[in-house]
Amino acid sequence: MATESRPEEQPPAGRGGRGDAGAPGGRRAAAVRRAVAIGVAATAAGVARRYLTARQDGQGQDPTHRDAGSAPAPETRPVAPGADLSRSAPADRSAVDTASTATSPPPAAVTREAPAPAAATATRPSRTNPAVAEDLDRRRSIGEEIHDAAPTGDLDTMWDDHLLNLKLVNPANRRRFKVIVVGTGLAGAGAAATLSELGYQVEAFTLHDAPRRAHSVAAQGGINAAKGYKADGDSIDRLFRDTVKGGDFRAREADVHRLSEMSVRVIDHMTALGVPFAREYGGQIATRSFGGVQVSRTFYARGQTGQQLQIAGAQQLLKEVGAGRLTLHTRQEMLDLIVADGRAVGIVTRDMVTGDIVPHTAHAVVLATGGYGNVYFKSTLAKSSNVTATWRAHKRGALFANPCMIQFHPTSLPLTSEWQSKLTLMSESLRNDGRVWVPKEPGDDRAPEDIPEEERDYYLERMYPSFGNLAPRDISSRAAKIQLDAGKGVGPLRNGVYLDFRDAIARLGRKTMEERYGNLLELYTDATGEDPYTSPMRIAPGPHFAMGGLWTDYNQMSNVPGLFVGGEASFNYHGANRLGANSLLSASVDGWFVLPWTVADYLAPQLGQEPVPHDHPAVTSAVAEASGRVDQLLGIGGTTGPDVYHKELGQLLTDHVGVERSAEGLAKGADAIKDLKDDFWTNVRVVGHGQQLNQELERAGRLADYLELAELMALDALDRDESAGAHFRSEHQTEDGEALRDDEHWTSSSAWEAAPPDGTPTRRSEPLTFDAVPLATRSYK
Amino acid sequence: MRLTLEVWRQADAATPGRFERYEVDGVTAEVSMLELLDILNAQLVAEGREPVAFDHDCREGICGTCGIMVNGQPHGPEDHTPACLQRVRAFSDGDVVTLEPWRAGAFPVLRDLVVDRSALDRIIASGGYISTATNAAPEALSLPVNKHQSEAAMDHAACIGCGACVAACPNGAAQLFAGAKVAHLAELPQGQVERYERVRSMVATMESEFGSCTNYGECVPACPAAIGLDVIAHLNRDFRTAVVSERRGEVPERTDVRWLARLRGEAWWQSDPDDRPGDTPKRS
Repeated sequence: MATESRPEEQPPAGRGGRGDAGAPGGRRAAAVRRAVAIGVAATAAGVARRYLTARQDGQGQDPTHRDAGSAPAPETRPVAPGADLSRSAPADRSAVDTASTATSPPPAAVTREAPAPAAATATRPSRTNPAVAEDLDRRRSIGEEIHDAAPTGDLDTMWDDHLLNLKLVNPANRRRFKVIVVGTGLAGAGAAATLSELGYQVEAFTLHDAPRRAHSVAAQGGINAAKGYKADGDSIDRLFRDTVKGGDFRAREADVHRLSEMSVRVIDHMTALGVPFAREYGGQIATRSFGGVQVSRTFYARGQTGQQLQIAGAQQLLKEVGAGRLTLHTRQEMLDLIVADGRAVGIVTRDMVTGDIVPHTAHAVVLATGGYGNVYFKSTLAKSSNVTATWRAHKRGALFANPCMIQFHPTSLPLTSEWQSKLTLMSESLRNDGRVWVPKEPGDDRAPEDIPEEERDYYLERMYPSFGNLAPRDISSRAAKIQLDAGKGVGPLRNGVYLDFRDAIARLGRKTMEERYGNLLELYTDATGEDPYTSPMRIAPGPHFAMGGLWTDYNQMSNVPGLFVGGEASFNYHGANRLGANSLLSASVDGWFVLPWTVADYLAPQLGQEPVPHDHPAVTSAVAEASGRVDQLLGIGGTTGPDVYHKELGQLLTDHVGVERSAEGLAKGADAIKDLKDDFWTNVRVVGHGQQLNQELERAGRLADYLELAELMALDALDRDESAGAHFRSEHQTEDGEALRDDEHWTSSSAWEAAPPDGTPTRRSEPLTFDAVPLATRSYK
Repeated sequence: MRLTLEVWRQADAATPGRFERYEVDGVTAEVSMLELLDILNAQLVAEGREPVAFDHDCREGICGTCGIMVNGQPHGPEDHTPACLQRVRAFSDGDVVTLEPWRAGAFPVLRDLVVDRSALDRIIASGGYISTATNAAPEALSLPVNKHQSEAAMDHAACIGCGACVAACPNGAAQLFAGAKVAHLAELPQGQVERYERVRSMVATMESEFGSCTNYGECVPACPAAIGLDVIAHLNRDFRTAVVSERRGEVPERTDVRWLARLRGEAWWQSDPDDRPGDTPKRS
């Protein structure tokens, strides 16, 4: 614990950072420290339980433990006055929304209880450039603040307390409820399997031919969990703090804390399901380090961790199918969300083989449909990953949060040919043993082996000595871009940097490297024809993970009652940057350990009600609209295929909404995207017809939504007048080129309302407070 | 380079299919089999013709979605490599390349190169899992797992579910697929409780939908995950134990070759040549 040198993050003396054993914090911190020590020593019994004990020991004994600064310690998370927040059923939520707006001009002044000295005063930042501000005002309007209706109290016990307040459904009554789960990835399969085990009628939908295919399968490096199996000072609170800090203070503390707490159970569960996690010779589970942290808490199954977790999830789903309890619909694409009387009551799907467009109604809808990074066309995502499900929900009223927050993975492979269809991803775990460098001189054409040591620039080690090659993703990607922009790129197209294993092979031997990374290095050889054991790998930043997604409350429910969102499709854990190996974690936690509890809370009051009948006007109109859209796409009869548009869109985004953004570029980009969208709707050619397996039609439909999303991404990036994590605005940087946050104005998430016809989107802000992890400048130097 | 493609075109499951010939020019060596289809499709769309439907997704060899017969070989000429990672550099200028869907009775063609592989999922649904309810798992370290066993489990668990084994098999058998799952779960202590019910049930489903294994071994080179024939031995052994014990009216006990080996004073793999740890598969 003491090795981390971040003086700026130490709370003032005498106050005690929560759970920070390095600070002179009260008895609670000591209790946590004790629990960690025990947890490391003993292995057989439940570590999680010991944490619980530790919490009870210390609970409430240190009145100042959450004090972040000079302001008085806030008792609660920011809530609207007078709102009952003990539960977050739909009625409560709307009460919160209206309370926060009706009683508070300006809303911020009343609803926030002076959490930190910063961030409490204004909702509208003052812009240095009035022309930009004016332009922005034409593009969007600003709406009321939104709050997540989270429970109040101590973060350490918040989730457990919250579970006590959630309503339950009697086992005998569960079969009377029907739940739709869209997506069968790690989050969707977990939620569907668990809800089905509990006795609910579950209908699961996937656009793949089998549940195992979802893109969770491609995550390579591992899954984080605060098991504390190594004596390196890890704990639930440290994972929590690393994640909040890694997200550059733009995620919700309460949600991230739950993520860390539940991480412990995820490993237990996955092990029980037969995931062959890597083992030590003594039979214990092995762990390794990942970017952005200094402890070893990443659990892995060779380079195929995502595959193994995903297969375990899919098997549980199929177990329920085999038992006749769950209905699985494969090759079905969700085209729309059905909202009746303000609630999500079903979905419209297209059968991708026959083309039939039909409604499905239920008591609740869970979307676990993944992220939207594929909007860049050349991304690390699978080709069929898309935003359609969440975007259609957004168009039906769900808020879309932080769309500009997209992570560029520093270790994807650089493009080598015009026809390369995607960016192949190399696990970040390679940075454990690889050293990143470029030649010191721009335009150095020598083979890497011929460049002597003193003419190499190991720039990550130079710029960030304490984290070195394991600097977080956003920082590594930007550092690579700086080198590329300086003309120091390597490879035939000068579009990569070296990741060199020479020293690791000399130190550990080739065999150890094969054991650790064999399949990854082979994948590289397959893709490039080069041998990474003898010459360094070439890597480059590539669009990867969407931190943004549908806005959800603490229950993972969107602002549309009955619409739940989990995994990458939601937005709440990763802030402005996701730490490596946290995405498998957030998907697993949502799917297995959050949604099954919170969905029940929503269902309970609906006992005795039937799902909306298919002749309900909301259902028939949604089906008619979805069919109309398909017919419209088929009827344009233009000249250019959807993939051509998608490539063009990807280029626009890479140029203007990429690793680095500027107000000027974003405005230009937003306009160009709009023009491209207009062109698409007049000139796209979708060959074939609708009553068949038509992949062109699928692509066109997804692209139509991507075009709208891209516009909002550019707008959100333009609107967020600061740099934070992966969102780097060139106007906002420190002298040495690091991201410069504007905590005074932007300690918030942006949740967007869809634009009405001929109108502009509305941005609503959710203020964030950082009590347990005080706001600090991220430093990995 | 310039290639001539003979591609299977079929409108839907009910309509008979046929080969169509296309010319593709300007293909470079790094292009993958799927990108070759991308190039062809871009050409077809530009001409206003219907592109070739084919399944694909991650394009990095892990999702198992893609699967085409290239010149009669599943995924293409290279062993242990899925189509998305097979490169055109295997061909020469002017070659004729035949692209077909998986050919197997259990995999009906849906359109062009797209087939229905749901029969594989039905095998899994009939037992290819460990029944543990969410929230009911014990602390993960409460069951230490021998590293060799864990590695062996991982070797078998690496299956990507693409169906190449079935397509490669002259009998259209799915023993390699089912065996990989049976062996994966049987290697782990967590998988012991349901071990014999699992294999009985999975074999019953497998035999109702797929052909029978006669040890051709064609499946092994076709497998992108380099699953070995040993999993079929494993499947047969566990199935035999399950059936024989049931006939005798016994509860099957775990056949622990390692324990027997220890009694004989041998290293455990000497009793069980199928499980030798030195056989590290290529792609895992």
